[in-house]
Amino acid sequence: MKFRYKSIVPLLALGVLFSSCEKDNYAEPKTSLTGNIVYKGEPIGVEFGQVRLQLWQPGFGKLAPIDAPIDQDGSFSARLFDGNYKLVFTRNDGPWQTINKDASTRDTTMISLNGDQQVDIEVIPYYLIRNVTFSKEPKKVSSSFEVEKIITGTDARDVERVSLLISRTQFVSRANNIGITNKEGADVAGKTSFSLSVDVPTISPSQDFVFARVGVKIKDVEDMIFSRVEKIQL
Amino acid sequence: MKKITYFIMTLLLTVSWSCNDEDFLNRPPTSLLTEDQVYANDDVILSVLGDLYNRYNDFGNTSNWASISNFNEAFWSNAGNYGDFQNAGWGYDLGFTWDYGYIRDINQFLEKVEAADKITQASKDRFAAEARFLRASYYFEMVKREGGVPLILKTLTYDFSGDPTYLQYPRAKESEVYDFVIKEAEEIKVKLPASVAEKSRATKGAALAMEARAALYAGSIAKYGTKTPTVSLPGGEVGIPADKAPGYYTIALRAAKEIISGSAGAYALYTKKPDLSENFAALFYDKSNNPEVIFVNDYQLKYRTVGFTISNQPRFGAEEEEGGRINPSLNLVQSFEKLDNTFAPIPTGTSSGSGTPIYYNNQTDIFAGRDARLGGTVMLPGTQFKGRTVDIWAGVQLTDGSTISGDDRGAQKTLPGTTVPRQVVGFDGPIDGFEFTAQTGFYIRKYQDPIVGSGRRGTQSEVWFVRYRYADVLLTAAEAAFELGDPAAAAGYMNQVRARAGLTTPLTPAQITFDRIVHERRVELAFEGLEFFDIKRWRLGQEIFDGVPISTVSDLTSNIGKATKRRTQPWALWPYKVYAPGTPNDGKWIYKEKQLSRVTGSDRWQLGNYYAQIPDGIISNNPKLVRNPNH
Repeated sequence: MKFRYKSIVPLLALGVLFSSCEKDNYAEPKTSLTGNIVYKGEPIGVEFGQVRLQLWQPGFGKLAPIDAPIDQDGSFSARLFDGNYKLVFTRNDGPWQTINKDASTRDTTMISLNGDQQVDIEVIPYYLIRNVTFSKEPKKVSSSFEVEKIITGTDARDVERVSLLISRTQFVSRANNIGITNKEGADVAGKTSFSLSVDVPTISPSQDFVFARVGVKIKDVEDMIFSRVEKIQL
Repeated sequence: MKKITYFIMTLLLTVSWSCNDEDFLNRPPTSLLTEDQVYANDDVILSVLGDLYNRYNDFGNTSNWASISNFNEAFWSNAGNYGDFQNAGWGYDLGFTWDYGYIRDINQFLEKVEAADKITQASKDRFAAEARFLRASYYFEMVKREGGVPLILKTLTYDFSGDPTYLQYPRAKESEVYDFVIKEAEEIKVKLPASVAEKSRATKGAALAMEARAALYAGSIAKYGTKTPTVSLPGGEVGIPADKAPGYYTIALRAAKEIISGSAGAYALYTKKPDLSENFAALFYDKSNNPEVIFVNDYQLKYRTVGFTISNQPRFGAEEEEGGRINPSLNLVQSFEKLDNTFAPIPTGTSSGSGTPIYYNNQTDIFAGRDARLGGTVMLPGTQFKGRTVDIWAGVQLTDGSTISGDDRGAQKTLPGTTVPRQVVGFDGPIDGFEFTAQTGFYIRKYQDPIVGSGRRGTQSEVWFVRYRYADVLLTAAEAAFELGDPAAAAGYMNQVRARAGLTTPLTPAQITFDRIVHERRVELAFEGLEFFDIKRWRLGQEIFDGVPISTVSDLTSNIGKATKRRTQPWALWPYKVYAPGTPNDGKWIYKEKQLSRVTGSDRWQLGNYYAQIPDGIISNNPKLVRNPNH
């Protein structure tokens, strides 16, 4: 092909045009806010993207929350501009009760952000999952665990259902799994230790591992409490 | 020559000087009507009112086929909708509506009609009553979806002072909005005509039917709201105190009885056709002297048509290569009870029951002896639509238990022991993952128009969408009577609806239970856009959509007819033609329950689904609005 000087002219013109543009008018937010939802320092496992932590920045413009979704291991993170923020849970969200600090702020956490910051939010879960063990058999994953009742007295809730879930990926939830075994009703009433097993279906494309976790559904509470996610080599 | 031109121009300018410019320029426009002109003439006012009728808001409507077939009552055989069966539930914006522009237009209409002095008092009364009916209907629609909303009953005008706070109204209590709907209905019913023939404009019957339904919803929210204590707000914007339930049920029963007694006109169940299934289907498309239908969204060929039949007609041999989208689920089909008032799975014998398949001579035999509404709601394999038998069968069953099927509509294959290829799958499917075939083994029948041309894009259909009908009023009366502790009266109302469906053995008062009420409404009112609100007001969502998949046939076929029966996934029922030459079973039919590969998610109802989320933008504009619970 013969080199043509003319064909370069439009390209040069484009280059001249766009050289005057800046990428963006504003600098991106650089401060990171991270933390965990904890009970006595211990993170509480939940479903991915199901429990929401909202960040409100009062002061200007229309009010809308910045959602900081809580990850499976109870952690959250957000990239923000420096400033004052309020951290709140949406009402009745999460398998726990929030702690009212005083009458005016209730359970809101006030944060004044100036540089990266880590904030752990203390809540009281209805239950905690203890002593989780996973084991594998051919075409089967089993688990045994205990639950510890944290909230007792008038606010106590019963266990409605316990579940063992397996997934192809590390995201294991009621919405995203390839196998689930539930125990409910008489199988869970009044008990504190459970053992479950779930069949591993044929996975396509095939892989020789699955991720598993166990969860506890509490009566009249929407979100479940989950154990850590464990990778199981089949 | 130039001189002459100048002369003429000067002359013209001089002459035009003498014109009266004011008069010349200030002429009434010929393309616009002023408000004074509009509100001086009945016909013009009616066309303004027609616009308000057009903006009536339905959650489910035949103009949007998906909206009436949600909540796993059907699978959507449309590739763009598979995602709805692969996710885990519904967003918090489900059903949100906030059209205060519509409310303002109605309020303005009411104020103008009130001030009009060139029309008769009789027309004034009727126009005002109709507009108030539409306003109450829309407030009813909003309270069903968002709970209590600001009740704005006059036009609001901004004074450009820079301070809009005087235009910001807080939300009324949920009960107050229901009270408003009931009060409006009571006041306007005497001003509306008691005419059975009037279907598309508000009548006394429509006002009473709205009142009965609103009171029933309010009563059940009060009663069953105790099941979900967290779905409430301290200010009462969401949630109705339980002690108000009997009062609302009493109103619902009284309003329903007023229609049943005939004071609003001679409404009755539709019973024109001898074939009960055809009769049930005809009640929706028969527009001549239909005594059951009370209030509709009407359509007329050439002017205002609806494409529901195009979207959902049996695809094979249809007037356009289009259709087949709504596939009713086996879950719904099996809940139509047997003629002896008992519930039973569809007897396939293959994966449920004995394990040996049951052979049927005709494709429709498997559905025999059931509630006639099944055939009127669902197009079953082997039945006819527009004179053509729907060709629904999944494959050929061989004697060794294996099946031969194809992956195209009407695919042909050579069977073992033969040399000539023959058809091995129906032209209407079902083929797993092949859109527009009857993937569940069923098409929808309700609201399909059997008239020639209804399936053509250039013609479409004029079948109306029924918003209130007499059977719905009877079931409202039955439920209200049951909740008020009068099961005998409840049985009386419910048995009328059931007898029309061929269930002639009456239910005894002792047999009327909450499960029965839920079941009856589910099968009678399937695909009418009411399912959503029934689930909400009975607070059944978290029980029937608990996120647990329906993974086995025994899961599917257990607890049929129970209100809390799990509905997280739609199932399919596939017919197979038996190929066993020389044996008595050759050419017979067997059926198999089937899990569709496109159904991978199982729905979970979140408490935040009970009341739609009010968007942050609206709350920012009016900080007096409180957020709905769980959002």
